Amino acid sequence: MYHASNTMAQNSTNIPFWRDTRVLKVLFQILFLLGVFLLAGILYANMLKGLESRGLNLKLDFLRNEAGFDVSDSVVEYASSDTYLKSFYVGVLNTVRVSLVGILCATVLGLFFGIARLSTNWLVRNIAATYIEIFRNVPLLLQIVFWFTVFGSLPAANNSIELFNAVYINNRSIHFPSLQQTAGFSSWVGYLYAAAILAIISVFVLALIFYRKHAERMKEGDDNRYFMHISRAAKWSAVPVFLIVAIIGWFFAPESPFVLVRPEFQRFNVVGGIRFSASFISLLIGLSVYTSAFIAEVVRSGIQAVSKGQREAARAVGLSTGQTLRLIVLPQAVPIIIPPLTSQYLNLAKNSSLAAAAGYDDLFRIGKTIMTQAGKEIPVFAMIMVNYLTMSLTTSAAMNWYNSWVNRIKR
Amino acid sequence: MNENTTNDPIIICEDVHKWFDDFHVLKGITTTFKKGERAVICGPSGSGKSTFIRTINRLEEHQRGTIIVDGIELSNDLRNINLIRQEVGMVFQQFNLFPHLSNLKNITLGPMKVRKLSKRKAEEEALALLERMGIADQAYKYPSEVSGGQQQRVAIARALAMEPKIMLFDEPTSALDPEMISEVLDVMRELAHSGMTMLVVTHEMGFAREVADRVMFFDEGVVVEEAAPADFFDNPQHDRTKLFISQTLQH
Repeated sequence: MYHASNTMAQNSTNIPFWRDTRVLKVLFQILFLLGVFLLAGILYANMLKGLESRGLNLKLDFLRNEAGFDVSDSVVEYASSDTYLKSFYVGVLNTVRVSLVGILCATVLGLFFGIARLSTNWLVRNIAATYIEIFRNVPLLLQIVFWFTVFGSLPAANNSIELFNAVYINNRSIHFPSLQQTAGFSSWVGYLYAAAILAIISVFVLALIFYRKHAERMKEGDDNRYFMHISRAAKWSAVPVFLIVAIIGWFFAPESPFVLVRPEFQRFNVVGGIRFSASFISLLIGLSVYTSAFIAEVVRSGIQAVSKGQREAARAVGLSTGQTLRLIVLPQAVPIIIPPLTSQYLNLAKNSSLAAAAGYDDLFRIGKTIMTQAGKEIPVFAMIMVNYLTMSLTTSAAMNWYNSWVNRIKR
Repeated sequence: MNENTTNDPIIICEDVHKWFDDFHVLKGITTTFKKGERAVICGPSGSGKSTFIRTINRLEEHQRGTIIVDGIELSNDLRNINLIRQEVGMVFQQFNLFPHLSNLKNITLGPMKVRKLSKRKAEEEALALLERMGIADQAYKYPSEVSGGQQQRVAIARALAMEPKIMLFDEPTSALDPEMISEVLDVMRELAHSGMTMLVVTHEMGFAREVADRVMFFDEGVVVEEAAPADFFDNPQHDRTKLFISQTLQH
């Protein structure tokens, strides 16, 4: 025995490094990385040399210069006298805005049409199939331009279409009623903080009571049960406590925290309420509808991946079709749906760079304006790329977190 | 006939036909099951035996003939279908437990959503059922955390929680490891002695001989032979039955 292990040890120490797989594995990776760095270095040096010969540099101080151009849509105050940096920031906000609202709309539409696609009703099933096949197979750019053209053919502002005395539509924009904060808002926020604190305290108190009551059975080491008590406590105390305090606060605030402001038609234009530009709405419809067709297919395949036996078992215990879908099929389909759904979300966010087709000032369009005006292609390109990357990676991270949270239950 | 069997018919099938596209699966099944009767249905695979019991709670639609369960005719009337499903419990070969719910919630779901019991009452009943199945300690685990035999017993408890008058078993032990078969059969035996009307598709001939009032032999969509177990096993009439019995009992 001693002899055998001795020779083995000798063997492993005596391998020359160029034959030792452990060394070779690491060595090749180091060599490859060195090669990559070298190539990048050469390219970078070459680029600097080229820029220098044309009298350009990579400095970002031009961002403090005055932009001098207007922006069609902005959620923050912006004027053409603001800096390039500010205009870029406006573009980032616009991209984020259309992406977030688009993701929300696409998910709702996609879920609806994905489920409808599997309906036993011939008409519903085929309407869904038609919707999916049309919007999935027509190029997105064409769809965005189409919606923008449809908008353009609506009546002008002084002839706005009025719906229910609350919504105004014309060829430039849509106006909805909005909630406006009043002086009473800040004191209501105080009540909300109090409500949150009371809700958290109530969960702890109830969880403690549950724990006391079931201490005996807890000792069996059933942590599922413990989790159940906490979630039950949260459900039965936190939500009502929070709502009650928030409602009390609403009435005790010196003034109602919000008032409803309806848009009004004045002489040549619509004022008040919340305004969405035709550009934003056409881009939003284009992105949401196009992506929803893909999401519908993702939802359908997720639902179909749940075994037929699950549906049969649910029907055998007497659940209705709706209950079966809601309580049995969807909860099992969600973990299957999330990874491809994430890809669709990322696609939507990146496709928002087609905004220029509807005249919407997103990150890419404003970036391009800055590029041409300031003549700083490389730094602005880099800034745009970093922004899209950050957005996409954040979305991915959030969805991965949600995915692991969903899978926690299933084990 | 066992001590619980009555003369009241509870399932009446008349000339039941079923096609899967061109394939004629059931070719005119006519039979009556009495309240409290225990019937074992056997036959080679593809003989239509599973399809037959699945028509009784309308997981499969029959296309010709009539099926009347406890006075309710199985038709396209949604109300009838929902009524039937509450009266007929079903246990599947692959258990079909809901993997995202704990064993307890698998059982309480039906009573809470369909029978509209309170959560407390449903859990009380479910725990009592699990006790009866001998697996009360598995209530808060998930199906994937317990053995196949235990899963099938949870599935039986899930079906019983709806307080059905009839229980259908579709090869309940076929997907189990051999050492777990007996724990499921024990539970079914206990259930049989409690007076439940049971239709069991199975290859467990020992169980059939011991528990059944009647053994039905299916082949190619027809009932070839039916008899009390003693007659069926010791004195089969048809050649097809003789062959089947010799093949099943040999190993």
